[in-house]
Amino acid sequence: MSKTKFILGLFDDPDDMMHGIEKLQKNSIPIYDVYSPMPVHGIEAKLGVKESRLGYAAFCFGCLGASVIFSIVYYTLVHDWPMDIGGKPNFPIPVFVPFTFEWTILFTAFGMTLTFFAATHLFPGRAPRVMDLRATDDRFIIAIDAKGNVPHEDINNLLKEAGAVEIKHNDRKYVSYE
Amino acid sequence: MASHSESIIREPLITGKDITYAKITNDVLFPVENKPNKAWWIGFTVAALGAMLWVVSISVTFWYGLGEWGLNKTVGWAWDITGFVWWVGIGHAGTLISAVLLLFRQNWRNSINRSAEAMTIFAVICAATYIVAHMGRPWLAYFTLPLPNQYVLWVNWNSALMMDVFAISTYFSVSLLFWYTGLLPDIATIRDRAVPGLRRRIYSILSFGWTGSVKTWQRFETVSLILAGISTPLVLSVHTIVSFDFATSLMPGWHTTIFPPYFVAGAIFSGFAMVQTLLLVTRKVLGLENYITMFHIESMNKIITLTGSIVGVAYITEFFIAWYSGVEYEQYAFLNRMFGPYWWAYWSMMSCNVISPQLFWFKKLRTNIAFSWVLSIVVNIGMWFERFVIIVTSLHRDYIPSSWVMFYPSWVDVGVFIGSIGVFFTLFLLFIRFLPSVAMAEVKLLLKTSSEQAKKKLIDSGKLDKEQVQDYVKELGKYDSVDLADYQTQK
Repeated sequence: MSKTKFILGLFDDPDDMMHGIEKLQKNSIPIYDVYSPMPVHGIEAKLGVKESRLGYAAFCFGCLGASVIFSIVYYTLVHDWPMDIGGKPNFPIPVFVPFTFEWTILFTAFGMTLTFFAATHLFPGRAPRVMDLRATDDRFIIAIDAKGNVPHEDINNLLKEAGAVEIKHNDRKYVSYE
Repeated sequence: MASHSESIIREPLITGKDITYAKITNDVLFPVENKPNKAWWIGFTVAALGAMLWVVSISVTFWYGLGEWGLNKTVGWAWDITGFVWWVGIGHAGTLISAVLLLFRQNWRNSINRSAEAMTIFAVICAATYIVAHMGRPWLAYFTLPLPNQYVLWVNWNSALMMDVFAISTYFSVSLLFWYTGLLPDIATIRDRAVPGLRRRIYSILSFGWTGSVKTWQRFETVSLILAGISTPLVLSVHTIVSFDFATSLMPGWHTTIFPPYFVAGAIFSGFAMVQTLLLVTRKVLGLENYITMFHIESMNKIITLTGSIVGVAYITEFFIAWYSGVEYEQYAFLNRMFGPYWWAYWSMMSCNVISPQLFWFKKLRTNIAFSWVLSIVVNIGMWFERFVIIVTSLHRDYIPSSWVMFYPSWVDVGVFIGSIGVFFTLFLLFIRFLPSVAMAEVKLLLKTSSEQAKKKLIDSGKLDKEQVQDYVKELGKYDSVDLADYQTQK
């Protein structure tokens, strides 16, 4: 029993799992994390996860993209080598529109997504820190740090009452992916 | 989220009995985790042969130059640009399904968005090969970038072709990013089900270490929503800019302001037709009838009718404006399209694009799978002719009658075109073999609300309005994956 590192409550239904979270919180048992095969709406509010600030990052990257391409076009077309094409002005605003638009989107998309990958520690080759292999298939899993949360029997009972189909006491934090 | 139930007047998006989260995973991953069947191998062999034809034709083009194509002095732009616009247009449906329908909260996109996005990426790859091919000297492709060079000259930012470079490259890379980010959770599913070994290691690298924790999902959804929000104007801008390639010129028949919206509608039209061509076969071969249902097919057919009608209105408007402008050259260009030597191309376009999609007003026809499939191919033929008509018939009779000619494609022209279809199908078949063709996580979201079984449970509870239930059961009659007998016994 003392070797247990994490207690996992496995649910086969997201509503039961939400119920489980409520029960644990009512008994002041801190939840380490929840893993699910699909996004569960409303769970962030329950677990007190702050709203994502990626939108602000996206906006900043968009502004950056617009400035970068505008500067490039301005420098080449207007400043460095102004060309007289049919007597048209060599600072033609309409010409700037498509380029500025495209790079605003390009920078927003890549800037935001790469920020997301960085903030969530996602990158190719990262060892997957998976607690249970079925979390990406059909199980909704509540993970509870076993240290300090005693007695474990009470947690078992709470999870079982909420409708957990299986309860695991893991000696290792993550499933080995050697 | 899952605790509310959806109105009975909405048709189910997942059919079948005893569908569980595990069953969705098993069904979707079946082709990925097992050896491919005979149908796949036959398709792959044919597609790979086509791709080989492409390699041969494109090599001939690069080795001997563009003289190998059927181009002449008057018609200097023909099958290459036709093929390019055709492929880019096809690509648009994927973004429309994944981005626009997400913004409109159309849940039926969930089971078709993955394959439609993959289709977008492969179609844009095919389009990009045309850009590189018609440069003639692809090793000089970097001339399109604003790099300091020995001529001390910059690129011509005033050119619509330059805008195309930026639009297509942005479109391709953002689509790829959107598609791959959406794939991460599903790749993680394959990874966690795989036995230890090389296969698991590869999927592990590809999955970026996805775990499905609360924060990851929350940020993932934010990213998806913003990507959808920026992809929507992007997709509209791309075909707008493609139409600039023609509209900013002074050619009669090209020089029209209606081109941007007309091209965008045409792009969505042809794109949905291609999604239909692919998915009607894929759902059968991979056994995904419960996830890509008759409702999906019918909805796409409705979009085909809508966009086909927009295209029809655009054709007629073009004619009217040509007459109304009072410009003789403009008027001749359009009369020449209709009654000139290329009348057959024009009337193929008209009948395939304007008349045939109107048949989908009949419910019998738009819920008939074989008919939908044939019509989707008719539409794609029509859309190819549309580009051919716009490009070749406008060019082949220029201002000097002594230089009037016809265009005859060489075998290399035909080879590059047929070959690009081969490349497209090769990539698509590899995709359905190695990656999940349905976004599992998103389909799982619908299970508790929009599935047939969830609605059946509601009906069985007997609390629903009788009339609504009757309407619902009547609508189920069109589904090929629903057994109506289940609904007759109880009542």
